[in-house]
Amino acid sequence: MSKSYTPGLKVLKSAKIVKDRILPLKGKVCVSANQKVESDTIVASTELPGNVHMLNIANELNLDPEQISDCMIVDLQSSVKKGQIVAKSKGIFGMFKSEVKTPVNGKIESISSITGQVVISEEPITIKVDAYVPGNVEKIYEKEGVCINSVGTFIQGIIGIGGEKQGKLKVLESNKKDILNNEMKDKIIVCNSYVDYDFYSTAKAIGVKGIICGGFDYNNISKILGYKLGVAITGTEETTTLIVTEGFGEISMSKRTFDLLKDNDNNYASISGATQIRAGVMRPEIFVSNNENIVEKAAMDDERLIISINSTVRVIREPFFGKIGKVISLPSSLTIMKSETKVRVAEIEFSDTSKEIIPRANLEVIFSD
Amino acid sequence: MSEIIKNPKIILATDCGSTTTKAILIEFIDNEYRLTHRGEAPTTVEAPFEDVTKGVLNSIIELEELSQREILDCEEIISPITNNKGVDIYISTSSAGGGLQMMVGGVVKNMTGESAQRAALGAGAIVMDVLASNDGRMYHEKVNRIRELRPDMLLLSGGIDGGTISHVMQLAEIIKNANPKPRLGMDYKLPIIFAGNIKAQKDVEKTLKHVSDLIMVDNIRPTLEKENLQPSRDKIHDLFMEHVMAQAPGYKKLMKWTDAPIMPTPGAVGKIIKKIAISDNISVLGVDIGGATTDVFSVFDEEFNRTVSANLGMSYSICNVLAEAGIDNVSRWVPFEIDESDLTNRIANKMIRPTTIPQTLDELKIEQALAREALRLSFIQHKNFAVSLKGIKKERTISDTFKQDISGQTLVDMLKLDLLVGSGGVLSHAPRRSQAMKMLIDSFLPEGITKLAVDSIFMMPQLGVLSEVHEQAALEVFKKDCLIILGTCIAPVSNKIKSNQALLSYVIKNKEKKISGKLKEGEFIFIDLPFDEYETTIIPENNIDIGEGKGNEFNGKISGGEVGIIFDGRGRPLNFQSKEIVSNWSNIIKEYPE
Repeated sequence: MSKSYTPGLKVLKSAKIVKDRILPLKGKVCVSANQKVESDTIVASTELPGNVHMLNIANELNLDPEQISDCMIVDLQSSVKKGQIVAKSKGIFGMFKSEVKTPVNGKIESISSITGQVVISEEPITIKVDAYVPGNVEKIYEKEGVCINSVGTFIQGIIGIGGEKQGKLKVLESNKKDILNNEMKDKIIVCNSYVDYDFYSTAKAIGVKGIICGGFDYNNISKILGYKLGVAITGTEETTTLIVTEGFGEISMSKRTFDLLKDNDNNYASISGATQIRAGVMRPEIFVSNNENIVEKAAMDDERLIISINSTVRVIREPFFGKIGKVISLPSSLTIMKSETKVRVAEIEFSDTSKEIIPRANLEVIFSD
Repeated sequence: MSEIIKNPKIILATDCGSTTTKAILIEFIDNEYRLTHRGEAPTTVEAPFEDVTKGVLNSIIELEELSQREILDCEEIISPITNNKGVDIYISTSSAGGGLQMMVGGVVKNMTGESAQRAALGAGAIVMDVLASNDGRMYHEKVNRIRELRPDMLLLSGGIDGGTISHVMQLAEIIKNANPKPRLGMDYKLPIIFAGNIKAQKDVEKTLKHVSDLIMVDNIRPTLEKENLQPSRDKIHDLFMEHVMAQAPGYKKLMKWTDAPIMPTPGAVGKIIKKIAISDNISVLGVDIGGATTDVFSVFDEEFNRTVSANLGMSYSICNVLAEAGIDNVSRWVPFEIDESDLTNRIANKMIRPTTIPQTLDELKIEQALAREALRLSFIQHKNFAVSLKGIKKERTISDTFKQDISGQTLVDMLKLDLLVGSGGVLSHAPRRSQAMKMLIDSFLPEGITKLAVDSIFMMPQLGVLSEVHEQAALEVFKKDCLIILGTCIAPVSNKIKSNQALLSYVIKNKEKKISGKLKEGEFIFIDLPFDEYETTIIPENNIDIGEGKGNEFNGKISGGEVGIIFDGRGRPLNFQSKEIVSNWSNIIKEYPE
């Protein structure tokens, strides 16, 4: 029988997760294998090349490009200070000399006798990568980063904005903005339903680090970002991190997700809104480390992503968007939908015992204990 | 070439798209190659699978189920055929993992810069940025851009052979100072192809050899009047296999399975489009609308052009279509009232769950509204790019006195277009062929007499790569199983048309029937005529052109098809007066069930 993989999101009470913490360029790893780390431990660092500045010496000194090496008074790779003279013309009979000063501190990166240009590179920019989650260093990627493992509650959202944040979870009973207060500063708040723009902006003004909710309006995301989100590649926005667990629109959070978050009320969580729904798919995530060593069996097993009879599934498209049910049959022949599209389907029984035929592509498996 | 590859009995071909992996089975039956079965499965390049071969195997398993033929032995393709199991040839194309992402550079943006862009696009790449000496950016901005983008490959051109080298050297120095890193893999050097002034090769080598894997090819623009794209395109294909594919998850394994190099999907589609244009001596416009990107290909006057609209697609980038087209342009195609916020949320939900499909009719109509806008915007980009070479001095004679031809004009002439081919899920899988035909007409607005077709089940990529291994099989399947002729669109054009004005009269006949009528301004006439060639006479009014010149009549054959013949008197551009008029156009062609 063919396998039908679904884009199921992980909602795991206690799972082993592994996180690669990789530098953008090769650099230095700051921890050793098997070392215990906290979420804010720096695990690797590197130096990104500094900004470059170009000086057109040939133009400035009115020379041919091949003549500039005779006028340079600093060497290749030497350090220079802002305002320092780097090149000087010989002048006429020793008079009318012209000179060129560097506009920045840096290093002479190249002197070209073809283009007559000198390139000065500013000081490198140091980049530090933290552990993001508390755990153990499982593997070292020499000069590139580390792999950290940890055990805890792991929940993926469907879309998010904003980068990695850490803070205590605070589960709210309502999605009304009046419930927000200054005690929520630096916390990650959880709302089991849809939240609107007013709620988000009030929370942001208070200093809330992150918001986890069931549904959000696409137009409100655009309002926060200041531009229309055309492609779901996010994570670099400098704003309160938002993680939407179900989708766009007035949708409530699935009970299992909300219950797990409620179990972790007041626990310290690491969250990331980074989403990339394209090659190298990345979903926003919430991780709360725990000390239990009980790992959900085969939690990350591919086979769990396959729809089969008795799988618990959620419908992820209209007209039954958000409903949860059980697969009761998987007809192998193609079925014609109301849209006249011929597709492979599954027969689903919902909790109210109603049954519906749904395209398999419109279902996602929900992991169950 | 082995005997088996020369005379294969069964061919398996896959296309690993960004969303789904499609497998087709071609069999040699009754002395000809025919498509027999097709299977598909979600692509598995991404986590948690991170192995493209899983999706490939799943699509083959579906083929096995449908064809009742054993193709796999555990997780290996049985090849060649043994004991009536397996296949003789296996080939594949790929656009998964983001496809081939390139940056190109040229001295003058709309001259060598554009030539480099054309070379990269023609090879099947997505061009992330065009660096040029005159692109208006500061030195450090260019350096930062290269560092940020981390392309898979860089193509540097600039200068005609023997010309000045200082400008192209400036670009080489920018690249050197950026010290670019490839997108995938930290341990290999970024491949850079230098296709510029031959005189600059030594200096470019000195500048770039330490920071990149530098390859020299012939100049892309040896003289101002000549463009020489093929050496660069060939090298891009080689490097795509050696570097990019080798880094993507699971591709090393897949490369071992295939009997020919894996080709970037758009490169393969371009190959088959070119073959149609050459073999039938016609001008062709092709479009492949995917989940992330829309590719447009054209061959006018034997000039091939391809553009890729990197963020205009039907799933991953569907919200970008909404953002670029605007909600009004999208909703004008939706023939029912819907709250704006509901509409945008539905579209955004497709973006975050890209593999879902429309179950209800309303959902289908919304997707097809988005498709019209994605196609329309991609085509605008194509027309602006497919232009004659810029910067050429033209000799003008006395006869040119009143002509205003300048270099850099678009090569796309809709009145000259013979065949418009649509491909990609939303067109090939449209539940009714009339939907595909209407989407193509609404977004491309053909003029004059144009035959329309769709790739029946989206197999142009597989046939493109197959044509490299076994051209006969590729062409046979293409003509018999791939191309579905939808029919013909006749759209008269004029600078001045009055409301309700008579545009043309027509007589269409074959052995069995004769149909005649008249078309007025604003009318949209559909004639249900199955696939056949019909003797046709069209007599336009004096100021009306149907491709033969103003007022000149057409006498010849036009084609019916799975949909039929359409006389489109709606004018160009279309005039959207009300939702009723949009529904009316739709009803005339029986686009949706009642």
